Amino acid sequence: MINKSLVKTQITEQQPDIRNKNFDEVVLGYTNLEAIEEARRCLQCKHMPCVSGCPVGVPIPEFIHEVAEGKFEEAYRIITRENSLPAICGRVCPQENQCEGKCVRGLKGEPVGIGRLERFVADYHMKNNNEEINKMADENMPKIAVVGSGPAGLTCASELVKKGYRVTIFEALHKTGGVLSYGIPEFRLPKRLVAAEIENVKKLGVEIHTNVLVGRSITVDELIEEDYKAVFIGSGAGLPKFMNIPGENLNGVYSANEFLTRVNLMKAYEENAKTPIKVGNSVAVVGGGNVAMDAARTAKRLGAENVYIVYRRSEEELPARKEEVHHAKEEGIIFNLLNNPTGIAGENGFVKGMECIRMELGEADASGRRRPVKIPDSEFELEVQTVIMAIGQNPNPLIRQTTQGLETQSWGGIIVEESTMATSKENVYAGGDVVTGAATVILAMGAGKKAAAAIHQKLGIQ
Amino acid sequence: MYEIIRKEKLNELVELMEIKAPYVARRCEAGQFIILVVEEDGERIPLTIADYDRENETVTIIYQVVGYSTKLLSEKTQGNCVQDFVGPLGHPAPLKKVNRVLGIGGGVGIAPIYPQLKKLKEMGVEVDVILGGRDESYIILDKEMNEACDNVYYATNDGSKGIQGFVTDKLNQLIDAGENYDLVIAIGPLVMMKAVCEITRKYNIETNVSLNPIMIDGTGMCGGCRVSVGGEIKFACVDGPDFDGHLVDFEEAMNRQKMFKEEEEHICRMAIASQKISQDGEEK
Repeated sequence: MINKSLVKTQITEQQPDIRNKNFDEVVLGYTNLEAIEEARRCLQCKHMPCVSGCPVGVPIPEFIHEVAEGKFEEAYRIITRENSLPAICGRVCPQENQCEGKCVRGLKGEPVGIGRLERFVADYHMKNNNEEINKMADENMPKIAVVGSGPAGLTCASELVKKGYRVTIFEALHKTGGVLSYGIPEFRLPKRLVAAEIENVKKLGVEIHTNVLVGRSITVDELIEEDYKAVFIGSGAGLPKFMNIPGENLNGVYSANEFLTRVNLMKAYEENAKTPIKVGNSVAVVGGGNVAMDAARTAKRLGAENVYIVYRRSEEELPARKEEVHHAKEEGIIFNLLNNPTGIAGENGFVKGMECIRMELGEADASGRRRPVKIPDSEFELEVQTVIMAIGQNPNPLIRQTTQGLETQSWGGIIVEESTMATSKENVYAGGDVVTGAATVILAMGAGKKAAAAIHQKLGIQ
Repeated sequence: MYEIIRKEKLNELVELMEIKAPYVARRCEAGQFIILVVEEDGERIPLTIADYDRENETVTIIYQVVGYSTKLLSEKTQGNCVQDFVGPLGHPAPLKKVNRVLGIGGGVGIAPIYPQLKKLKEMGVEVDVILGGRDESYIILDKEMNEACDNVYYATNDGSKGIQGFVTDKLNQLIDAGENYDLVIAIGPLVMMKAVCEITRKYNIETNVSLNPIMIDGTGMCGGCRVSVGGEIKFACVDGPDFDGHLVDFEEAMNRQKMFKEEEEHICRMAIASQKISQDGEEK
């Protein structure tokens, strides 16, 4: 029987004033009964609009049907036919613009909590299933090289190894997972889940070489010479942008990448961490995306009293997931919207404040969003000891500089043929942020999956 | 894991390690650096490559024991391993065939300048070098430098080797004596490189410096290593580590070096305290 509730079944979360002082996961997930209750809100639409909104095409009504019946393992099997990292996607996908954005229930009331259900199913499986994963890499199959162990690379590798290919992932950092490890904080995506997903990929037979920076330790051309029949580049958008305003090199100004890497990867939040961080009493985070929300909420957890999001447009234009904005507000993050930084003030070489100007929205620009315009004589200084720049990243230039015949956009993104993710260089494919610029985990996974299919077809192995 | 093939103590604070690292050894060039992690969850330490052996797939690093992580590294011996070792990072030094080059190495900065001078010598360049240190024991790689260079000069604070004074005093002496150089390469503490650049700017001698700022990943991702060069923001890890010394904003670089001074001292004191406790324990 259909559950007619207009709102999603409530999900347990840590209380805001408790969780903003710890790094444990914010959302605690559904119980079996809650999951069944939420699954029963699904109308099982025949035309499945939700699936068309999913970049990897998860058969959503089909898995939700199993959840409603209490057959959670069966649901897991259905999801993982199309999505190799469900525990991660359930937590970090912008569902409101994807599957849930297309849900018929959303026309009147809230859409079905597809993300919450996906997460529930993945967590259930992880907790209850000890089934051995068998190695699928076949010694007689061709070698494939994957550059980067983030969501694009992991997905591409996982798809290919399931077809028997011998896949090696080359990772520049000392830890695997890419942005899943260094970027997204523990309280939103526990690292044990990332580790478990990567462990599964290894069990399938994918080899991972950490500490190999492709472009420096070995080049794409050398990989091809070493008999890798195809190379997939999923090296991400690693190069942080700065605003080029005065004072940006003062001590206390971080890129969001540096700030989050210190905390997530180098564990700066632990007492006596070897790679430290200090935030002071007040922190300004510049930007309005998911990375900005992550940085702000992390700063709060590190003990900052006042944490400001400084964003030049209004709330409506905030590019972050709605849930992140909601959680940030609950945790006491202060939103200084329609504010733009013009400079950073220092004292003895350290940040003491950020100079801002107030903005208002003018005419729509090329992107269709209303352009922020300065309000004359509205300058003011925000007293802060730390400034975090979360205004986006560009692709790392290393691979394009060291690979012959690889065509790129003027801003550095690798140019691909969209249906196959093939680059201008024979047998070289690319996907994820290195192609699109900073985007989402799920789009990167979709690209990795598409490239894997194209590689399989190109190599013509049955 | 990366095995330590050889370890040598060069003086009371400076040590050398030759480490098995095939990926790095195969492709590295003079001027590039590596990042190592001694033990799980440790700090990522950037170190410029001091030498390499392509056949044996080893890379030589030279480090000064200054903080917690280098102390931890110093506890490792031949046959032990370090957890992580990635490279080569950064661009190779921009070495070109000119007539005459003067290298200036201060303290542990003597190590990274060595492969550059050796390479220049192989390219047929006439190479002199000034080696500077607190006292004679801080003059490392003396034998290697004498093999690789035409003239080796010394400057020590106490006059125990070469002139008593700074490397810049020796530089001024050489210039006053009418020695001509097409290029100066200076590597050492920021304050030394700054002082060298002030002199060479006066005489219009092209000068390269190698920067080793605070960084995390070394691949361009964190931007912590940013430095102003000619008014533009550069990342030392991917745009450097070698830059035109006359364009580097040394004041800013020296300020950025102070970022975590308090924390480093704190961690270091903790380490010494715990070491002391365990030593006291052993004595009992």
